[in-house]
Amino acid sequence: MVTLLQIPTVTLPEAVAPWLAVIALGAFHGLNPGMGWLFALSRGLQQHSEKVIWVSLLPIAVGHAAAIAAVVVLVFAGLQWISLSALRWLTAVLLLTFGFYKLANYYRHPRWVGMKVGNRDLFFWSFLMASAHGAGLMLVPALLGLADAHGGAHSGHHMAVSGSGNLVLAVVLHSLAMLLVMGAVAWIVYRKLGLAVLRQQWINFDLIWAIALLVVGAIALYIALAH
Amino acid sequence: MALWKPDPSFYPSAKMAMQAPPERHAYVAALNTGGGKPDAICVVDLEPGSDTYSQVVHTLELPNIGDELHHFGWNACSSALCPYAPHPHLERRYLVVPGLRSSRIYIIDTKPDPRQPQIVKTLEPETVMAKSGYSRPHTVHCGPDAIYVSAMGSANGDDGPGGIFLLDHFSFEVVGPWELDRGDQKLAYDFWWHLAEDVLISSEWAKPSQFENGLVPEDLLANKYGHRIHFWDLRKRKLKQSVDIGAEHQMLLELRPAHDPTKHYGFAGVVVSTEDLSASVWTWYRENDEWQMKKVITIPPVPADEADLPPALKPFKAVPPLVSDIDLSLDDRFLYVACWGIGELHQYDVSDPFNPKLTGKVEIGGIVAKKGHPKKSWPLLGAPQMVEISRDGRRVYFTNSLYSSWDDQFYPEGMTGWMVKVNTDPDGGMRLDPDFFIDFGTTRVHQVRLEGGDASTDSYCYPS
Repeated sequence: MVTLLQIPTVTLPEAVAPWLAVIALGAFHGLNPGMGWLFALSRGLQQHSEKVIWVSLLPIAVGHAAAIAAVVVLVFAGLQWISLSALRWLTAVLLLTFGFYKLANYYRHPRWVGMKVGNRDLFFWSFLMASAHGAGLMLVPALLGLADAHGGAHSGHHMAVSGSGNLVLAVVLHSLAMLLVMGAVAWIVYRKLGLAVLRQQWINFDLIWAIALLVVGAIALYIALAH
Repeated sequence: MALWKPDPSFYPSAKMAMQAPPERHAYVAALNTGGGKPDAICVVDLEPGSDTYSQVVHTLELPNIGDELHHFGWNACSSALCPYAPHPHLERRYLVVPGLRSSRIYIIDTKPDPRQPQIVKTLEPETVMAKSGYSRPHTVHCGPDAIYVSAMGSANGDDGPGGIFLLDHFSFEVVGPWELDRGDQKLAYDFWWHLAEDVLISSEWAKPSQFENGLVPEDLLANKYGHRIHFWDLRKRKLKQSVDIGAEHQMLLELRPAHDPTKHYGFAGVVVSTEDLSASVWTWYRENDEWQMKKVITIPPVPADEADLPPALKPFKAVPPLVSDIDLSLDDRFLYVACWGIGELHQYDVSDPFNPKLTGKVEIGGIVAKKGHPKKSWPLLGAPQMVEISRDGRRVYFTNSLYSSWDDQFYPEGMTGWMVKVNTDPDGGMRLDPDFFIDFGTTRVHQVRLEGGDASTDSYCYPS
């Protein structure tokens, strides 16, 4: 028991904050009706099958994970070419720029697919939604934090190798958190609240999302300044 | 500016929308013929107990003459809750009002004061035609991802294909034509969809040259008006299947799909059969992945004295029923059928969409009968035409004008505009409301839109 507990503590990060951020953002993304749970729910209702709801969540989560992974690859590639500190500045600028853009255009979404979709459609839809709304970008400051914590004192090669494992773990944790929250929300709406909740409690998540991008951007700016 | 909660008039399902509060006012398209006065959008007070109940409380005159208002619609509706492109914080606020003759589109804001709407944007005909490729805009539907508008003609001439174009939800600019592959579809009129099935359905009236100067009798007798219905892939914007219901069934107009997204059928009205002057209603349904049409209601013509008939009908010695509009209640239970020739509004129980049962009838106006209203005595010209049902299904409103030049052919004595109301029983049956009669005088009235939505505006992505 003791040894079992000790194994993870060996790899557990010293800096917990980036990990918490990765998971919390997963939960936040899962909460957004525009990211998937509502689509899964409507498919289940349309086909009179609760199972369809749960099955639909999987390709959505994988599509989301793919979108995050694409950003991880970009971050990882970036770390090979430019310094961490430059990447921090770049992230802050991108987040704030995109955040202000979304604040002005929070209501715009990509147009794709219709209501009759298969798993592949759901995967691409989720990938597209996550990418177009900057879900991965929102995660970059946390990813950089992980890379930093594990790279040690700016030793390039070491950082790249050990950081990559953590970045993969981050994608997995983020997507699991997202899947869990999507499932929980879909379950609560399906079993307890009913569809009426859509018209009563559907707060403007698009606007909250834009604000979240700006908040994360501000934090990224703070980190960039602090280093 | 931004809403934090969804527009309260958006409902996930049609069943929930039936619980909506009663409408307090209606917007009515009003047209003035003869070139002297512009058309208008009239606001009618529908709040019982109000001092101005059943009166026009405001008239928004348009700045141009000769637009010929016909159909119009809301910028946004319950389809905004659809899960693949949700934007629930749009507002049902703007009326999108096309001029069928001018090809101009007005965007009218109902928000600051719903009873004093104002024009906030005008899409001039040149812009509409250049960007959409079409002219003579007609039906407006609020889609999940854009505002869809059907058009009767092409931009560069009278006889090019009519079709559908998109308006941006937020800027109201024309996005462009909707179709990517129209197959052999040429004629256009109404359209609607089964959103949950990614199917769009469109119908056929005629080319602009076949209606703008009146019905062309030779074309009608040669069966040259529309008689096909088209089923499209809404996602791929491609024509999938056309069904020809028979050339004698002339003018396949209004399309009313079931509101419940788990039901895959709907109703289409046909104006006249050149074989026996009857009118009909058809049900579309899917069988082995193919769409089929079945005639479910036939309304026979009424024999008449030649002397009582307008010149166009004298040779036939009968009045054709002329089904010009149909409308389906939100519970998919009652279908209302306007018979503009004989002056009747029929109510059918369509719980079984293949076996409609006549459950109610209202008689008013008509080419020969000219039947009066408790508030307006015989002879009353015009007849039930554009029908609108309240969301709860308890009130039905209708107006009497079809299209300026056609009004003059069938009611040559000079039709005046009026709007009436019918009260319905929840289990079938209906009566004219004896106190509700709005006389618009020489102004003619067409489509009615109700505050918060009605039975021919919203589409729902969640089952009832």
